[in-house]
Amino acid sequence: MRKELLILVVLVGIGLLIAGCAQQQPKATPTPAPAATPTPTPVTTSVAKYPSKSITYIIPFNPGGQSDIEARRQQPYLEKYLGVPIIITYKPGAGGAVAWAELTRTEPDGYTIYGINIPHIILQPLVKDVGYTTDQIKPVALFQRTPIGLAVPIDSPFNSVEDIIEYAKENPGKITVGGSGTYTGHHITLLQFEKLTGTKFTYVPFTGAAPQMQAILGGQVDAVFANSNDLVKYSGKQIKVLAIATEERFPTLPDVPTFKELGIDLVESIDRGVGVPKNTPDDIVKVLESAFLKITQNPDVRKTMEEEGFVPLSMGSKEAKAYINEKVKVYKEILKEVGALKS
Amino acid sequence: MFEFVGALLEPHHFALIICGLIAGAVVGCLPGLTATMALALLVPFTFAMDPTSGLIILGAVYVGAIYGGCISAILIGTPGTPSAIATTFDGYPLTKKGMAEHALVTAAFGSSIGGLIGAFGLLLLSPILVSIALKFGPPEYFWLAVLGLTVIATLSSKSLIKGLIGGTLGLLMGTVGIAPIGGDVRFTFGFTELQAGFDLIVALIGLFCLPEVIEMMERRKVQLRIAEYKKKKGVALAVVKQLLKKPILLIRSAVIGLIVGIIPGAGGNIAGLLSYDIAVKSSKEPEKFGTGIIEGVAASETSNNAEVGGSLVPLLTLGIPGAPPAAVMLGALMIHGLRPGPDLFSVSGDIVYTFMYSLIIANILLFFVGFYGARIFAKLISLPVYALVPFIIFLCVIGSYSIRNNMLDVYAMVGFGIFGYFTKKLGIHPGTIVLGLILGRIAEIGFVQSILLSKAIGSYWAVFIARPISAILIILCAVMLLWPVFAGYFKKEIPTGEGD
Repeated sequence: MRKELLILVVLVGIGLLIAGCAQQQPKATPTPAPAATPTPTPVTTSVAKYPSKSITYIIPFNPGGQSDIEARRQQPYLEKYLGVPIIITYKPGAGGAVAWAELTRTEPDGYTIYGINIPHIILQPLVKDVGYTTDQIKPVALFQRTPIGLAVPIDSPFNSVEDIIEYAKENPGKITVGGSGTYTGHHITLLQFEKLTGTKFTYVPFTGAAPQMQAILGGQVDAVFANSNDLVKYSGKQIKVLAIATEERFPTLPDVPTFKELGIDLVESIDRGVGVPKNTPDDIVKVLESAFLKITQNPDVRKTMEEEGFVPLSMGSKEAKAYINEKVKVYKEILKEVGALKS
Repeated sequence: MFEFVGALLEPHHFALIICGLIAGAVVGCLPGLTATMALALLVPFTFAMDPTSGLIILGAVYVGAIYGGCISAILIGTPGTPSAIATTFDGYPLTKKGMAEHALVTAAFGSSIGGLIGAFGLLLLSPILVSIALKFGPPEYFWLAVLGLTVIATLSSKSLIKGLIGGTLGLLMGTVGIAPIGGDVRFTFGFTELQAGFDLIVALIGLFCLPEVIEMMERRKVQLRIAEYKKKKGVALAVVKQLLKKPILLIRSAVIGLIVGIIPGAGGNIAGLLSYDIAVKSSKEPEKFGTGIIEGVAASETSNNAEVGGSLVPLLTLGIPGAPPAAVMLGALMIHGLRPGPDLFSVSGDIVYTFMYSLIIANILLFFVGFYGARIFAKLISLPVYALVPFIIFLCVIGSYSIRNNMLDVYAMVGFGIFGYFTKKLGIHPGTIVLGLILGRIAEIGFVQSILLSKAIGSYWAVFIARPISAILIILCAVMLLWPVFAGYFKKEIPTGEGD
């Protein structure tokens, strides 16, 4: 009997340990790279108390995705600059909406920060009731951009954007274009492309970037609007990238023209950053902002990001807010035209 | 490619593999804590390691966690990971008969064999296998899901109507949340958390575990323990001998696992269920399945561990993860500076081949870990019900919370539990509900995408039927559905797997 009791106590103990780990997830594990010696940044002098305890960094997606990879890259630097442990936690669901709805209810004290994605946080509340609105999220910084490009399988008869437009004009709706999700960055890019060129395609939504790329590699769809990092991986081997929606040529794919060069005013990307509830004090936002911006200015970080097909961004809170407001206007108009704007 | 074998022989790699296997098995056996979570927890630790060591331990944890799911499936009738759903069908009845050790050794041996075949498939056949994966488009996913749904017939031996009710309930539950295609919000009743839908693991814990726990409490006066564990000698040897007489069962299950594994989005749960189903249908004594025979455990476990190797095929050759745990592996590879995709083998061949050899070694060592672990774990069920029940409920709550760090999941788990208790009393097998929940989403996505493609092409025939893999899957569906008729013709007796 006593033996059984002992076994039980041990088991409950193990359970508790696991519970602790599970709730805080892959966190306080000893991080390598930059030593985590507390070196408060100069900015912290104005708000001497923040941060004084660990900060939870919530990823609104599953582990292993782009947001997760970026957060893991930042984690050791953040711990060094802010001098407190950074706990990365996943809260996936509904394309990020579950986490962002929670953001609006969280304490605005800067100890819980959320990964944010643009255009997700703009488009979701415009299309349906998702439990948050864009202006309830205060962006802290935007640090990673993936421009959106148009690609076809390597054996496709289309060799240029002109080819596609020409065929689509003669055969409206015949070309299938894959993207990730409905009324998302890829979908809205296609809608704009159709509007700018007077064409019509059949949009086939997939449940993420991985199934989308699987579909184009297998030739299940005729073309895709996809993220630059995915395009870089397969460009010239299994797919042809026809054009990219950037202002200037994308350094990692120097031979690919921009839509602008081709006379189509299409500039679209998925941008990643972090955000906090809107009434978080500015002093706190500044501390976080400077830490994140310092990371994207690190040459090593920039170099790996570019190699992987990302564009490093250094957009602070104010700049990001203005950028978001600008996008809201553009997207509202497009969604109104296709009848998707929430009434 | 064989020159990399030498690199693996460093002793610390073996230590990493054993640690990884044990850690994976412990996490995997706890319901709600999945292989994905085990890997996500481990990734930060690998930062400090060289890429080869990091990958070796991640691979070992993956193998260990998928194996570990069988431990709770066998001992308390609750799959520790979704991959182990089919393991509960025969594993738990074996435990009730006092043969927990038989079941655990079978699982260890089956997992080891399946894992080895999967790993060799990955090592030698990647280029061929990946071309199959790429041929899987929306219509093929739709037909695969339909094929999976035919398993309901095997799970509902007593009454097909009840099985269909269960399957339909599962399909309906799968519609809750944001529609995967189109993005409409369905049946959330104003709860924003429900937009993400019901998580499969939450449903698994609720439907399998809670009803079992409630029944344990009901029976406590007559039966203080689930079963008596008596230490017997020579169990392992007898089990292994018996399994070696069934090479076709093992190889067939492993091949099913490998093929399902390479198809991104179809995981070990489907592999295990399909392989179990085929094992029942091709058995000479199908009525014995479900009453606690080691063949049932072997079919499921061999298949789901073969899936591990399969799911790494599209990851390493294309950079597309075949299963959620493989997605975490992708992240880990990138953090270590490797770029999964077409260049991986030419740029980082040394690391990749070493990793593949480590998987083979991990699967061999898995048998020994499982073999010795079986004796320790089998003693667990000797705990009296009053000690076991609170412990299991405690794990259920933690498990369902930790999936998405969402309290609503815990309430949903309790809801599923109460629901599952009553449906079980009505004779509806929880497996049918879960099957509907898993496959409904895959079928829906495939179906809507296929409709969109058909409209663009202007032909439903060309998209849905006139594709080689689609046609094969349709024929398989027909064979599965008509099987009782064929079998009845030959044997004059309709074979039925014991459902409960």
